[in-house]
Amino acid sequence: MASLAPTSISDLADAVRSVPHLLAVGAQTKRGLSALDIPKVSTKQLSGITEYDPGEFTFTALAGTPLSEIHSALAEKGQYLPFDPLLVEAGATLGGTVASGLSGPGRFRFGGVRDFILGVRFVDGSGRVLRMGGKVVKNAAGFDLPKFFVGSLGRFGVLAEITFKVFPRALSSVTLCVDVHGFRVQGSGFEVQGSEFKVQGSKVSAQNEPPSAEVAPITVASQIMIEASKGRWEIDALDLLPDGKTLCLRLAGPAAALEQLSADILTHWHGRSLETAEADALWSDLREFRWAYPQGPLVKVPLTPQAAPDLFSQLVQAERPDQSRIHLSAGGNVAFISLPSAEHSATLDQRLRRLKLSGLGLRAHGPLWYGQRPENKITLAVKQALDPEARYPSLDS
Amino acid sequence: MLSALTFLAKLLPPDRLLCRPEQLAAYESDGLTAFRARPLAVAIPETAEEVIALVRFCHEHKLPFVARGSGTSLSGGSLPVLDGVVIALNRLNRILRLDPELRIAVVEPGVINAQVSQAAAPYGLHYAPDPSSQPICTIGGNVAFNAGGAHCLKYGMTSNHVLGIKAVLATGEVVEWGGASRENIGPDWCGLFTGNEGLFGIAFEITLQLLPRAECFHTILAGYRTLEQAGEAVSAVVASGLLPGAIEIMDALALEAAKAAVHAEYPPGCEAVLIVELEGPREVVGVDRMRLDEIIAASRPVEARPACDADERIAIWKGRKSAFSAVGRLSPDFIVQDGVVPRRRLGEALRRIGIMAREANVRCANVFHAGDGNLHPLILFDGREPGALERAEALAGNILRMCIEMGGSITGEHGVGAEKRDFLPVMFGPDEMDCMRRLRAAFDPLEIANPGKMFPGAEAPALSHVGLHPLEQAGVIARE
Ligand SMILES: Cc1cc2nc3c(=O)[nH]c(=O)nc-3n(C[C@H](O)[C@H](O)[C@H](O)COP(=O)(O)OP(=O)(O)OC[C@H]3O[C@@H](n4cnc5c(N)ncnc54)[C@H](O)[C@@H]3O)c2cc1C
Repeated sequence: MASLAPTSISDLADAVRSVPHLLAVGAQTKRGLSALDIPKVSTKQLSGITEYDPGEFTFTALAGTPLSEIHSALAEKGQYLPFDPLLVEAGATLGGTVASGLSGPGRFRFGGVRDFILGVRFVDGSGRVLRMGGKVVKNAAGFDLPKFFVGSLGRFGVLAEITFKVFPRALSSVTLCVDVHGFRVQGSGFEVQGSEFKVQGSKVSAQNEPPSAEVAPITVASQIMIEASKGRWEIDALDLLPDGKTLCLRLAGPAAALEQLSADILTHWHGRSLETAEADALWSDLREFRWAYPQGPLVKVPLTPQAAPDLFSQLVQAERPDQSRIHLSAGGNVAFISLPSAEHSATLDQRLRRLKLSGLGLRAHGPLWYGQRPENKITLAVKQALDPEARYPSLDS
Repeated sequence: MLSALTFLAKLLPPDRLLCRPEQLAAYESDGLTAFRARPLAVAIPETAEEVIALVRFCHEHKLPFVARGSGTSLSGGSLPVLDGVVIALNRLNRILRLDPELRIAVVEPGVINAQVSQAAAPYGLHYAPDPSSQPICTIGGNVAFNAGGAHCLKYGMTSNHVLGIKAVLATGEVVEWGGASRENIGPDWCGLFTGNEGLFGIAFEITLQLLPRAECFHTILAGYRTLEQAGEAVSAVVASGLLPGAIEIMDALALEAAKAAVHAEYPPGCEAVLIVELEGPREVVGVDRMRLDEIIAASRPVEARPACDADERIAIWKGRKSAFSAVGRLSPDFIVQDGVVPRRRLGEALRRIGIMAREANVRCANVFHAGDGNLHPLILFDGREPGALERAEALAGNILRMCIEMGGSITGEHGVGAEKRDFLPVMFGPDEMDCMRRLRAAFDPLEIANPGKMFPGAEAPALSHVGLHPLEQAGVIARE
């Protein structure tokens, strides 16, 4: 039997053809996405940057390349992956990141994995090595299969090599923390008592609360996220920490400009700026999920900042709070929910259904899918087109 | 055929089902006026339900159909299929929802690109993709072709701004992908659908992301003795770590045309002009512009002219945006290509285009998105001159082959369409072509959605004339 830890792309194709059923894995940092009892082909030895010309704003690397290696190579040339990948220190690979479709807090400014992938080489279900997309920053020839592979969970093909667009990294960054706790209802909005900082709560309103009751921190956070997203500052990241009351805003650019921009933002919302080391630790903890329960499900839920207060009231502030921890990221466009144990999965599933939301379980604990799931015939048809012999598992498993 | 028409007549009132030759004439061609085909009928739905019913009808009767927005495709994408149905989407032109809090617009496919930004403007927001056809092209056409524009380096293409799609596939299945959130789980169906060139089905509702409008701009125009020097300046800007919103180059022939057309003024004696634009919060632009100005000064231009105010900025862009149509006016006919090369090989690519053009005895102007390596060679010829069209086409083909050989692409934003379908198998191998055919078959097993496009093989009507789009002649739109 061919090796299931292939060292070249042609070995990888041989390995795929050697077994009737298999699933690709990278470093298995997101074990829930590959928790199936079938042979695994590991890309661990399919590693290394194959092309990198900083002047092109692109690089190409084998799928098993650890993100940490890519980070260092790019940083040497003053560039970075703007979608801010997750679990870098845990050892996540480029292929696993694309297949799981995960982006970090920095995706707020310029977009997610899908917005930076340009081309792929992959092994389809028949064991053929195919190249789709391109290696240049702009390409409109043929169907955009590289984007489809973002979030495809290894169910449609094994990624062998991937080309990405990169950007120059800003010269410096600043992180501001705003406390969204302790706001009281005041007129049509809410304000921190005894201070001049106000947040207008128009859409996510505090209407039902009696005057001067404390407004749920998530309501304040949601409103600030909405306002800040519309602002002139080109914010780099905008997240609510799992403590549920600290909103973090990151700016990136030339240092001289950031000083003025931060000062301006802090006239809108009361907060403080962090020391560099403290800020680095904060973002690293978020990217590595150090805040999450080590032994429970970790679920990604796309949503909008408007919908966030409902999600929180269903989970955190429910009558029987289920102890879930939530990191609200990307300006309120995604929630990462950590549950203490798999026993809580069914409840989360029901609650997400009620809210018409969907989730993806990133860890082996609990199910792969949560909440509502649209079913389309086209999913099966595309699966058959790319993997006619069903060599890879289906999205449902 | 007649029976098909009888059935179609049950789906739409007579004034929205065009069948008479004089009614069909307007739909026979698109922005690539070289190709023509007469459809059986043009159906003009006004609601999503009518679009769905039409596609299901076509599926049931194996009747080919072509979705059509404004018909500005430059690659023959919206060219009708002989004896098929054109589904014209211009009346599905409502902005269904504009939510400034979520920064999204939910639109019907017939909404004009520029109208989205106009509707968003009162909230300080805009829709970033800005093809130069934006006063006229539709969001549905943009989605089908993954349209670009002058700001792709920083903001990406249409695909990067589509959050949700509701579509009826060629099988009649109705799907809903994505929504108001910027994030997603599972495979990226919106990403796969965008750029399908009308081969998968018809999008009838699209959710677009809106961005805050940049607060401040700094635009600089610099003239260079040689194209190479302009190319080197681009490399220096890129290497500096700045991320400009746009980096554009115009060559001598394009400059001459822009001067004649809109009285644009450029430094004398230049073979190329470079335009670089920074945008962002005023504090950031304030710092970055000093670096940019230094880099440009160090690149030894004949002259560098920063725009001192909004009017000067508009004047720079007016010259740039009018250049294409202006060049078009220098010649009775032309072909425009939009191949991509790696940025570092731009100078070499332009030199080779120059040599090939001289050898073929064809004039060729270049105006292009230098930041993306996206060429737009404009090949001029006079169709009345025997052999001229063939020479121009041969040159166009050689330019595409050069782009592939350099590791680039045959199209950066105009799509493959009917025009470049013979080149897709040059860029992709037989296994890749097979994979794409299988994908197409998954969405459209009967091959009824826009057949004859993207994939080589099917018969296409012969070339007749290759000139300005009628709307360009009328001065309504200009091309980049
Ligand atoms: C002067 C000029 C300048 C241009 N400049 C640019 C530019 O800068 N950048 C650029 O990218 N392009 C440019 N173009 C090309 C063209 O404008 C774009 O390709 C545009 O996206 C086409 O939009 P449309 O509404 O005219 O679509 P059409 O030409 O009507 O259709 C284009 C394709 O989309 C399909 N389609 C249309 N609507 C739908 C739908 N709802 N669902 C599914 N498929 C659909 C059609 O079947 C067809 O294949 C230019 C064209 C001209 C004439």
